[in-house]
Amino acid sequence: MLTSLDRTNTKTMRGAIRIEGAVKVYGNAERSVVAVDNCSLECPPGEITMVVGPSGCGKTTLLNAIAGFHSLTSGAIYLDDEMLCGPGKPKADPGSDRIVVFQNGALFPWKTNLENVVFGPVMQGKLSIGEARDKARTMMAEAGLSGLENDYPGQISSGVRRRVEIVRALMNDPKVLLLDEPYRALDSLTKSVMHESLLETCYRNRITVFFITHDLEEAIFLGDQVVIMTSRPCRTKKLLKIDLPHPRNYSIVTSNRFRELMDETMDAVHEEAMAAFRLGEREG
Amino acid sequence: MASDTESSTAGRPGIQGRPVARKVLGPFSGYSKIEAAFYHLKAWLKSPSPYLMVLGFMLLMGFWWLSVEVWKLPRFAGMPGPTAVVREWFSREPTFGLSFYTPDYYLHILTSLQRVFIAFVLSTLIGVPLGLIIGWSRTARDYIFPVLEMLRPIPALAWVPLAILMFKSSEGPVVFLTFLPAFFATTLNSMLGVHSIDESYFRAADCLGASRWQVFRHIVVPGALPFVFTGLEISIGLAWFSLVAGEMIAGEYGLGYVIYTSYTMVSYPTIVIGMITLGVVGYVSSAIIRAVGMLLMSWRSRELGLGGQ
Repeated sequence: MLTSLDRTNTKTMRGAIRIEGAVKVYGNAERSVVAVDNCSLECPPGEITMVVGPSGCGKTTLLNAIAGFHSLTSGAIYLDDEMLCGPGKPKADPGSDRIVVFQNGALFPWKTNLENVVFGPVMQGKLSIGEARDKARTMMAEAGLSGLENDYPGQISSGVRRRVEIVRALMNDPKVLLLDEPYRALDSLTKSVMHESLLETCYRNRITVFFITHDLEEAIFLGDQVVIMTSRPCRTKKLLKIDLPHPRNYSIVTSNRFRELMDETMDAVHEEAMAAFRLGEREG
Repeated sequence: MASDTESSTAGRPGIQGRPVARKVLGPFSGYSKIEAAFYHLKAWLKSPSPYLMVLGFMLLMGFWWLSVEVWKLPRFAGMPGPTAVVREWFSREPTFGLSFYTPDYYLHILTSLQRVFIAFVLSTLIGVPLGLIIGWSRTARDYIFPVLEMLRPIPALAWVPLAILMFKSSEGPVVFLTFLPAFFATTLNSMLGVHSIDESYFRAADCLGASRWQVFRHIVVPGALPFVFTGLEISIGLAWFSLVAGEMIAGEYGLGYVIYTSYTMVSYPTIVIGMITLGVVGYVSSAIIRAVGMLLMSWRSRELGLGGQ
């Protein structure tokens, strides 16, 4: 197990995301909605950035822009100082250096878990099927998923499915993992186990994580930094460095420092939730 | 179905990798497919469904028998009763020339089967790829879909004159008329199948670096398969449906031909023999399609019921 000190030392300097003045306007000249308004944000490499905001505030739009699913109206996004999208190139190309883990899960239900996990490297021709299978078995074993290789995603619980999906992402050795409220549908007991499992994965892989949630407790427990977003249009309202030591487990939830951090952020989040409530924003 | 492997470890466990030790085993794990099939058969025989099925058929036959042969309702006057039909069907020397014992009976079935088979295979070979491409590519959809939608409501019977003009042979028009509705059903359902695929699967494939062709092969085709097979089931039903229309224009053989000529020849029991045979053969062919679909989509039955009961 790596301590927080080890973690700083061995941190690789890759996977830094820089968002500069991102703007996203939906619709046309007559009816337009500003989803993201002049949002700037830096995600340090190898750290977990938690983006918190009320449902429908536009944080998924930001994630989609990083992943390359949507274009930006203006502004720029850089990955390790390389422009993903920006002036002259509104939409980033999706790539295996930034992999999304989706809100409702996107394991292919017609492929077994193992076939899902080998999908990335095999499609890109990086590994032969045999090599990919060996690597996949090893990685699934490391994540505690042995024995599920030949099951279909529909046969395992949704919590385990998320873990398989994260392994599928890690198979590509990505710089960044983009998570869009992946644990939203899970019950709170499963969620707490999933959180520890994710942290463990991050300790092992030293990867930048961009994690969207509306759950403040989740954000503080997992995050190295927590970014609180304003309700639509989405802008950074407050950035908070989380100084809870690593490795973390669920006992810290009851610690004083955790409570202090909760207090510090609760008001800001509540304010935005009220704003969203007044606007009557749709979920999603 | 899969019980939650996590909840039991909740509380305050350590962070070390916890193996997901066991998995839920289906009732047939470790058994062969034949044993599984026997298990299903036994379970089916124990359930009320086979007996209700028999009862349903008996009710239909009873109603037929009562209305035609016992009550002799005016509406049904002149119709052949079930005893007349059965007697004719099992007769070694049938009055009207068609029974289980005459080779012609099987020749008619075979001819119809062959036509439906050719039409069905053609409609599948053309319809499935076309539907998948229309569903997948917006450009292809813009070109082809409006044309399809315009042609689709035209019933097979309305195509008869053109079919005769187009094909000089006698088989050509029949197969063409059988093919048309099957083709439309297959194409449309394949297209809807692609539309039914969740957007996030496409996005995930993009993230994982799949090329456009790989997306088609690994996402579009398997993702649309459930709808494709629904389409094929409908399509084979429609093929039998329009076969009769086709066989009325082409002479000599086929079940549709039997039904039509029996009417003009006043051999009424033979009409019913032809109809019931058509029903049974149609039912069996749909069942075969369904079985093939289940076989190809084992992930689905496993997902729905862990072993598919």
